Amino acid sequence: MQNISQPVVKKDHESKITGRAIYVSDYHDDNILTGKFLRSTLAHAKLVSVDVPPLPDGYCYVDKTDVPGDNNVNIVKDDTPVFARDTVEYIGEPIGMIVGPEESEVDHILSKIKVSYEELEPVLDIRKADTVFFDYEFGKGDMEKAFAEADKIYEEEFTTGYQEQAYMEAQGMIAEPEKDGKMLIHGSLQCPYYIHGAIMRALACGPDQIHIKQDATGGAFGGKEDFPSILGCQVAVAAKKANAPVRCIFGRREDMEFTTKRHPSLCTYKVAVKDGHVTAMDIDVKFNGGAYTTLSAVVLQRGIICADGIYNIENLHVRGKALKTNTAPTGAYRGFGAPQTFFAVEMMMDHIAMDLGIDSLKFKELHMVKQGDATSTSGKYHFPVPVPAMLDEVDRVCDLRRKHEEYAKPQTGRYRRGMGISMHFHGAGFTGSGERDIIKAVCRLHKYPDGKVEILASNGEIGQGLLTTFPKIVAHELNLPLDQVTYTYPDTARVPDSGPTVASRSLMVVGELLRRCAIKLRSQWKDGEDQIVEEHFKEPDFVIPFYLDKFQGDAYPTYAWGVNAVEVEVDTYTGLTKILGAYGNFDVGTPIDYNIVMGQMEGGFLQGIGFASIEQMDYDNKGRIRNNSFTDYLIPTSADVPNMKCMLHVEEYPDGPYGAKGAGELPLVGVPAAYVEAVEQALGHGVKLSHVPFTAEDTLKVIAKEGL
Amino acid sequence: MDAIQFQLNGTKTSYSGDAANRLLDVLRDTYEMTSVKCGCKEGECGACSVLIDGMLINSCCVAVGSVDGCNIVTLEGYRETKRFAALNKAFASTAAAQCGFCIPGMVLAAEALLSKIPHPTEAQIRDGLSGNLCRCTGYNAIVNAVHLAAKGGNGLW
Repeated sequence: MQNISQPVVKKDHESKITGRAIYVSDYHDDNILTGKFLRSTLAHAKLVSVDVPPLPDGYCYVDKTDVPGDNNVNIVKDDTPVFARDTVEYIGEPIGMIVGPEESEVDHILSKIKVSYEELEPVLDIRKADTVFFDYEFGKGDMEKAFAEADKIYEEEFTTGYQEQAYMEAQGMIAEPEKDGKMLIHGSLQCPYYIHGAIMRALACGPDQIHIKQDATGGAFGGKEDFPSILGCQVAVAAKKANAPVRCIFGRREDMEFTTKRHPSLCTYKVAVKDGHVTAMDIDVKFNGGAYTTLSAVVLQRGIICADGIYNIENLHVRGKALKTNTAPTGAYRGFGAPQTFFAVEMMMDHIAMDLGIDSLKFKELHMVKQGDATSTSGKYHFPVPVPAMLDEVDRVCDLRRKHEEYAKPQTGRYRRGMGISMHFHGAGFTGSGERDIIKAVCRLHKYPDGKVEILASNGEIGQGLLTTFPKIVAHELNLPLDQVTYTYPDTARVPDSGPTVASRSLMVVGELLRRCAIKLRSQWKDGEDQIVEEHFKEPDFVIPFYLDKFQGDAYPTYAWGVNAVEVEVDTYTGLTKILGAYGNFDVGTPIDYNIVMGQMEGGFLQGIGFASIEQMDYDNKGRIRNNSFTDYLIPTSADVPNMKCMLHVEEYPDGPYGAKGAGELPLVGVPAAYVEAVEQALGHGVKLSHVPFTAEDTLKVIAKEGL
Repeated sequence: MDAIQFQLNGTKTSYSGDAANRLLDVLRDTYEMTSVKCGCKEGECGACSVLIDGMLINSCCVAVGSVDGCNIVTLEGYRETKRFAALNKAFASTAAAQCGFCIPGMVLAAEALLSKIPHPTEAQIRDGLSGNLCRCTGYNAIVNAVHLAAKGGNGLW
């Protein structure tokens, strides 16, 4: 293990373990007004009138007419309204906000507001959705020939459900007008500059008129990537109107029901097989984008780029659509489109192998990419693909090859076992040329005369450890004690735009920029002087330029790799599945702190197990999400998966700091396929499972239907 | 009506507000005990856990009137103890605090467990923490930390 990988006490440990860390709901100030939303109760309707009763002194109603600038939130596109326009497009859409000093009075006023609607027909089912937000298509090879020459053609459909980020701290923000006429917007968030850009448009103000600061943030997982831009605009507009600080903290049910979550998916695979080998894949991907586009374009891009998995498929055609439905907008969640398509492709490969009568792992190994091979977008795997070695490492801890073959044999009795395996990658950084053309990250180091160094960057600490790992990199390069290097929650008034805290990019991309800053500072270091150095993102030379219009080139400079194995025991009487062991081997390059990276792997892995097995969320025939509490939407507890073991395999990336690659999202991506293959093996009898979450109820349905 | 009397982190306290108010809100708003976090307000997540007469309780599901005569401990009080110091050290060594929002509740859950079972098995630790949700860690680091604290804090519990 490199020296930099040695764990340290996290810099935010003390404030968090003592409960002194200040989250947005912890500011105690009687002058802060409470804002709460008036929300649509229908999935699709024309707004006829909103009758607000006479308001007591100190209370006000805020809606679209109060937005000084553009009533559109700038995300990727800008179709999401700050407050509803003339129609409402999903249940829970914010129509307006009541703001005032007493929360109980705010609630009372909200209960008295009468909204008249003219109801319109909602579109709830993505199979029937006809509004296409985004439509992408790419491919390579000769599809016609491959299908014409195939021995057999397989076709199957796979679906995945919603997944709620379920960060422990719900969404919350404060907007505070400042004495100099500026406004501070702060709260629970990942991407200060996204919010900065969005609020500038909503308030029609210059970049210096507002600044965004992150507070201690109680988890995010993507859920605080897009959504705080929306909430930020809303509280800023309210604070402008009230001319007083306004705070909006979501209740848990409000958060689960109305904020962005993972896109449900419907993937159809048509696969040509010749001589026991997959020769072509024709893949159709549909993501349910909900009522507005938010991040669906980029989520879909990542999803379709991964749609052929880690396999070398010469003839490939992928079509992907993000569709509009009258449901809460979906958005970013750890994995960002990849968990959906990796589930589909891994299950597809399992099912073909089952039909061909060969072990699915062996079948997959026949198709696996290696260094130098072309990617789905005709880019290149520039670096070694360590999956074979990683498989061997997992095999040594859980005997997966033997068990996988043994459990495939017919089983009888109440308890039956299965072993599922999946393999996947996660491309680190923005898809395509995003880092180079859109983000253009900048970061700085500020050395003070006393020799202390402050990191100036805009990436947020959301539990993943940046307050510690960024300083570790800089301290290491400058040969300073760690306590001489500081990084605090970013404030856009003080820090340059080093990009958002997303796409597993912070450590790999911004961390490397900081390392370069530190090298520069070291070469210019003058004792006793105040010095600032700056670095800008530069794309590595080896990258094959990516063209989004054609989906061609290197979608990512490098990949983090994962091998997952899940061993289960299914109780065929109750449908309950016990996880006997869950093993994740992850290559995220050099860990910049072993404990922190392990924490990311274990946390992400368990979220993946939740997604695969118990995290069920759906809406009713009116479009209302019913699983809106921790009673009805279960996430894993400490007792659920006691035998979860994560391992690190290190394949160093030369353009990441000390060999580090992207880490945060990887561990979630591959779990669904491993879990479901395990359940499939346990059930046996050739059943083919094709959706997640695969719950105990689903298991019982299969047992009843198949008479197992 | 008489005020509601209780011990809060060892200090005699008298609350004259509505007895039906949630203990969680009273602790946060009236006494500024902001280590007590609100994660769901319906007794599912454990972020608002406090110790009431040594028992781990979700303060969101308690009316303040019902704690009359009780001894309430939040992290603001508990962090001054030797037992806390042992847990602090253990949690630091496994990097068990990620976003930190569940951590005050987790620490008190660990205390409630160790005060009953000073040397718990892994299964007992997992059971003892199972009322406190954490979305960041996957729990392994927290379970290991409690195990280390039990070992390192020998005799404290």
